[in-house]
Amino acid sequence: MIDDRQFNRRGFLKSGASLVGLAAAGSLLPLSAARAAPLTVGFIYVGAKDDFGYNQAHAEGAAALKAIEGVTLVEEENVPETVDVQKTMESMINFDGASLIFPTSFGYFDPHILAMAPKYPDVRFQHAGGMWSADKHPMNVGSYFGYIGMGQYLNGIAAGHATKTKKIGFVAAKPIPQVLLNINSFLLGARSVDPTITCQVIFTGEWSMAVKEAEAVNALADQGADVVTCHVDGPKVVMETGAGRGMFLCGYHASQASLAPDKYLTGAEWNWAQVYTEMVNTTLSGGTIPNFVRGGLAQGFIKMSPLGPAVSAEARTQFEATQAEIMKGGFAAIKGPLKDNKGNVIATEGQSFAEDDVALESMDYLVEGVVGSIS
Amino acid sequence: MRRSEAVALPLLALIAGLAAFGVFLLLLGKSPIDFYGYVYQAGFGSAFSWENTLSRAAPLLLAALCVAIPARLGLVVIGGEGAIVLGGVAAGVTGASFPGLGLGGIALMAVAGALTGALWIGAVGWMRVRRGVNETISSLLMAYIAIALMNHFVESVFRDPASLNKPSTAPLEEAYRLADMPGMAVHWGLGIGLVACIVSYIVMERTTWGFAARIVGGNVRAAQIQGLPTGRLILGFTALAGSFAGLAGMVEVSAVHGSANGSLAAGYGYTGILIAFLARHNALAIIPVAVLLAGFEASSGLVQRRLDLPDATMLVLQGLVFVAILVSETLVGRFRLFKPETWVRA
Repeated sequence: MIDDRQFNRRGFLKSGASLVGLAAAGSLLPLSAARAAPLTVGFIYVGAKDDFGYNQAHAEGAAALKAIEGVTLVEEENVPETVDVQKTMESMINFDGASLIFPTSFGYFDPHILAMAPKYPDVRFQHAGGMWSADKHPMNVGSYFGYIGMGQYLNGIAAGHATKTKKIGFVAAKPIPQVLLNINSFLLGARSVDPTITCQVIFTGEWSMAVKEAEAVNALADQGADVVTCHVDGPKVVMETGAGRGMFLCGYHASQASLAPDKYLTGAEWNWAQVYTEMVNTTLSGGTIPNFVRGGLAQGFIKMSPLGPAVSAEARTQFEATQAEIMKGGFAAIKGPLKDNKGNVIATEGQSFAEDDVALESMDYLVEGVVGSIS
Repeated sequence: MRRSEAVALPLLALIAGLAAFGVFLLLLGKSPIDFYGYVYQAGFGSAFSWENTLSRAAPLLLAALCVAIPARLGLVVIGGEGAIVLGGVAAGVTGASFPGLGLGGIALMAVAGALTGALWIGAVGWMRVRRGVNETISSLLMAYIAIALMNHFVESVFRDPASLNKPSTAPLEEAYRLADMPGMAVHWGLGIGLVACIVSYIVMERTTWGFAARIVGGNVRAAQIQGLPTGRLILGFTALAGSFAGLAGMVEVSAVHGSANGSLAAGYGYTGILIAFLARHNALAIIPVAVLLAGFEASSGLVQRRLDLPDATMLVLQGLVFVAILVSETLVGRFRLFKPETWVRA
């Protein structure tokens, strides 16, 4: 959680409804508050900063920047992927003097960042998602991303040890490559424990739709799945519904341990604090952030939630051994012999796709053992 | 004087709503003076602020017309969002399928978007006329269907295989992108919206069709007794309303996104409801109301950043203004100031 916010949305609406308590009139700020910091950094989120998920992970990373001398942080949440985000970027540049902007939603890149970058050549735009390419995009745009599929592989190991029914579940937003890689990695992690495990996947079709996510978890539980993870923007509903049905939980994006500490096994988290601190320090020291940055567990781009109390000693041993293996770099979750769930060969004996293999970025299959369909 | 009442009452209500929100801010320990200062600065205080506000107002003009026009026939259509997203998909697919036509291509996209929207909201009107289905419920439910259809179309049938992690239709060529209007960084969607509002005003207030429509809105039975084709009027005007929403989708695709994708469902159809009601379904009044609400939204970011208020702040403000204006409707005709005929007796 971001603990230095004075108000959150819910509390604000609540106090609006009751209108209780007298408070002193606020101090009169001058309208154009002079900000004499050497670097103003802007963060834009597509959802709420405290969504227990994608946006919170970025907001936690942004909060780490406040500790850096000379950095002013400006943020805006719930900004849709329309002309709104273009104007928010311009507003941060014009009114706050932001010269480094992190529009964090995947959908902000094309066309919105690409529309603003040529107009403000002195501003650096950093986008999470890894879409920048040198021959197509401006040099004041950069992209970064992490191999979080490895985190889902480790989630799968914890899940594989915890499941009694040998059925695990995955609530997914859309059948796009990043999500498919997570689903496949989760199952393959579990199958490294017991090759008879299957994973049922349910696509909700939306990045953020609480009702469908809750329905999906209930459907998974009804079908006998006893561990659940997800790839949606805010995993809160999945975790709470799953805990209510007595399922074990593997987190995603940020730590959801506080929602159900007894049921939470571990989680694949972004570690944006380290990434952002490094990027800002590079900028402050006069350097240029590389346009194309990626990393995994080894580079500190992602991290795992601490193992929960429900994780057995045996599970812990395998989890830690595999984590150490991944830390060496070049680990491959997708390796032969492997078929997809329609019987097509994905990888032959000896063939493997390491975490940084670009072939994984156009994944269009679910591996054998995943119950579900893309189309 | 009646006319001045129609302007003065909503204005007073607006001021009352802003004042009530000021009290709310004081209770939270924030300065209303700062707040409205920032709203002015970021919404209306500079050339950039105006560009920001007008860019946000552009789609709202067309979206509000989709509510205001049926309302004149006594129909509460709240599902314009559905026509917007499907109009956007139709425009995106049309543009990608017929390359190299220059301005003709843009016109073709506009026709495709408007036609799709007209069919979608026209279907709401048809169900009302032929089957007696409540148009409020059906239009809202059809909006959910429309969004599901849009997702299906852009993720499977019409998906550009190159759009991996953000499923979209094939990108439009540069000639099919609506440019900015001369002298400002606001796309032509604003001009289209303004023209649509003015044309709608003339149609509704200055033509026999509009007159007939308003009679249907006043009393359907009376209209039928007069021999008016109520069914055809409802069909025609719901289709017209839908065509504006479909056109809004086309503008979003052509001017902003460059292809049709899930970002089209941005909620403009729902903001349009608020604007149409605040404008009392008067097509001309939609223009200032849309600009005002867009200005609030344009300043939302600066307010968040400078006063450390959450984004819901602007929703609270909009809600208070909305309620104040609704309450003011009950005061119509109660002020002697606006009734000169009573002045003598006083």
